[in-house]
Amino acid sequence: MRKTETPLSHASLAESFNKDEQRVNWHDQTLWFIREKRDKAAWQIPEWEQLREVASTIKSNVLANLHEYLTAFEKAAINNGAVVHWAENAEEHNKIVLSIIQKHKASNIVKSKSMLTEECHLNAFLAKNGVDVVDTDLGERIVQLANEPPSHIVLPCIHWKKEEIGELFHQHLGTPKGNADPQFLTGAARKHLRTKFLSSSVAITGVNFAVSETGEVVVCTNEGNADLGVQLADVHIACMGIEKIIPKRRDLGVFLRLLTRSATGQPITTYSSHFKTPRKGQEMHIVLVDNGRSQRLASDDFRNALKCIRCGACFNTCPVYRRSGGHSYHTAVAGPIGSILSPGWDIKKYSDLPSASTLCGSCSNVCPVKIDIHDQLYKWRQEITKKGNSPKQKTILMNIMNLILSHPVLFNLAGSFGRKVMKWAPSVVNNRINPWYKQREMPEPPPQSFTEWYKKNNNGKP
Amino acid sequence: MKIGLFIPCYVNQFYPNVAIATLHLLESLGVTAEYPLNQTCCGQPMANSGYGYLTDRCNTLFFKNFNSYDYIVSPSGSCVLHIKEHLHVNGFEDESHNLSKRVFELTEFLVDVLKADGIKSSFPFKVGLHQSCHGQRGLKLSQMSELVASPFSKTEFLLKEVKGLELIKLSRKDECCGFGGTFCVTEEAVSVKMGKDRVQDHIGHGAQYITGNDVSCLMHLEGILKRNKSRVKIIHIAEILTSEK
Repeated sequence: MRKTETPLSHASLAESFNKDEQRVNWHDQTLWFIREKRDKAAWQIPEWEQLREVASTIKSNVLANLHEYLTAFEKAAINNGAVVHWAENAEEHNKIVLSIIQKHKASNIVKSKSMLTEECHLNAFLAKNGVDVVDTDLGERIVQLANEPPSHIVLPCIHWKKEEIGELFHQHLGTPKGNADPQFLTGAARKHLRTKFLSSSVAITGVNFAVSETGEVVVCTNEGNADLGVQLADVHIACMGIEKIIPKRRDLGVFLRLLTRSATGQPITTYSSHFKTPRKGQEMHIVLVDNGRSQRLASDDFRNALKCIRCGACFNTCPVYRRSGGHSYHTAVAGPIGSILSPGWDIKKYSDLPSASTLCGSCSNVCPVKIDIHDQLYKWRQEITKKGNSPKQKTILMNIMNLILSHPVLFNLAGSFGRKVMKWAPSVVNNRINPWYKQREMPEPPPQSFTEWYKKNNNGKP
Repeated sequence: MKIGLFIPCYVNQFYPNVAIATLHLLESLGVTAEYPLNQTCCGQPMANSGYGYLTDRCNTLFFKNFNSYDYIVSPSGSCVLHIKEHLHVNGFEDESHNLSKRVFELTEFLVDVLKADGIKSSFPFKVGLHQSCHGQRGLKLSQMSELVASPFSKTEFLLKEVKGLELIKLSRKDECCGFGGTFCVTEEAVSVKMGKDRVQDHIGHGAQYITGNDVSCLMHLEGILKRNKSRVKIIHIAEILTSEK
C-alpha cells in the first residue's frame, strides 16, 4: 500500500463509508433501534436520572482517591490468592501477559471481550510472539476472522450484515454456502469455540468493575464466554485499566443497573461474573494498566473521561457515528468517547477526531456516568490548535475570517461584496472546490443586509 | 427596559428578513429593541473550530456593543449559547460574565421574560419543527429525548398559539441536522447525509414548512431541499410569529 503523506482522517474515511447510501441507512437504523431500546429501558426506572447522578458521584470519589482504592484493592486481591501486576503502559502490559503465558508454555489461549487489550494491541503482539489468541465473544470472533478491529466497543461487528457473516463462516468454519440463519451461525460458532475453550490452558478476560473492598473483579458478558474460558483454564489473566475500580460491592447495585440498560436496553447482562478467589490449583493474575490514565487524572478538563464504563450508549446515539461507521475513527475506541480518549494517547494522530462531531450534546445526555463528552470535544479542539496540530490551511482561513469579523467596516464591506459576487458571478462560489455546494445550494443573496435595511428604516440610529 | 438586538453575522448578510421579523415581533409586543450598528459575530465559527484564542476582538466588540443593555435578544440559539458559555473580556471579567447572563434567545425571551401569550399570528400550513441542538440541549428550550423527565417546549408553546398552524410529528424529534458550524464543510459527506435524513423525516410526515430557532440549521436544510428541487420551504419561527397569512 502506498504511504500517504496525510494521516488517516475521519472525514475522508467517513466519505468513503457514505458512498453506499443504502448501507449507511441500514447502519444508522440498526444503531438507532438500540438507542430506542435504551430509552425504553431507562423510562422503566423512574429514578434513572438520579441513578446517573449517583454513578457519576461514585466515580468522582474514585478518581479523587484512586491511589487509596487501588492499593486497598491490591491488598485484598493478594489476600484472595491473586497475583497483582502493575503496568505503566501498553508495552509493559503486553510483556506481562506474554511472560505469564510463556511461563505456562501455552501457545493457544482464549480471551473474552476487553477493550483494554484492544487499546494495547495485545492480539497482534501475542501473534508476533507465537501465541494464537482466540476471541470468544461472538462479535469479536467475527471481526477477528475478518482480520478487522471492532467497530463498536459493545457491538464489535455491528457493521456486518448476517449474509456477510454467513459467507465469512463458510470460508473459515466450513458452514454451508448461503446459510445466513443467525441461530444456525451462532450454533456453528459455539461448536468452533468449544474446541478452543477445551484446549486452552490460559484464559484472558477484561474487567468491567474491580471492587476495592473485596479485591474481586466483575466481568459482564451476554454469552457466558468469560466464565467458560476461566473455569476451563489453569490460568486466568484479568486485564484492566486502573479507572475500573469501584469502592464497594454494593456500588454494583448502581452500575449494573445502568450498564446494560445504557448499552443495549437489557435490564442486566446475562452473566455478571464475580472472580475473587482462584480455585484450587488455578492461578489468577490481575494486570492493572495506567497507559496515560494518571496523566489524564491530572487534567481538570479531561479527568471525567475516566469515569467511562464502556457501555457504548454515546456511539448509538451519535448521529455522526451512525453515519460514519466505527472504522472511520481509526482507533480502538471509536465514537464520541473515543474522540475524547484518543487524543490523550496521541494528539497528532487523532487530531481529527474531536472535530468529527457537531457538538449536538446527545452523547452527554445518554452517558450513564454523566461525562461532559461534548464539552470535552470542544476543549480538545482548543488543545489541538494550541499544540499546533491543526491543518495549516485551516489556520490561515480562520485568521482571515477572524480579521473580517473583528472589524465592523471590513465585515460590512466583505458581506456586501460577497453578496454581489454571489448574485452576479455565482460560479465563483458555486463550484466544485466549495464543499458546501457539492450537495447543497448556497443561500439566495438578498439585495441588502439587515444593517443596511436598519440604517434606511431607523434613520441610522440604533 | 433597554433591549439590544443581536443579529448573527450570517443572518445579517443572508437572512435579513429573519432579523426584520424579530424586530417587528418585539415591537408588536410593545418592546423597542435597538440594533447596535457595529456588531459582527459572536466568535463561534473560530472557537468551535478550535481557534478560541482568536476571538478576543469579537468578544470585545460584543461587550462594547451590548454592555449598556438590560437584555440582549437574538434569533439564534447557537450564537446565544456561545456567548453564554464563552464570552470573556480581559480586564472586564465580572462585567462580561454578567453580560452573558443577560443574553437571551428569542423564544426564551418571549416565554420567560416577556411571558408573552396571545401573540396574534396566522400560518395555515403543516409545519415541522427542527429543534436545533444548541438551543434545545444547550439552552434547554425544550425537554430532550435522552432524559427521563417531563416534557416541555418553549418553541412549541408559541407555535401552538399560531392560527391554522398544524405541527407535524417526526420519527426523530430531536436528532441533529448535521450543520455543526465548520463541520458542514470539513465533514461534508456526513453533514449532508445527516441533513438529508432530517429533511426526509419532515417530508415523510407531510411538512410544507420546516421551522426552527436557528437559521444556520435551516440554511443547511434549505440547501439540501433546493438541490433536490423540493417544494418544502424553511422559515424561522420569528417569521411565523409575525405572519398574517
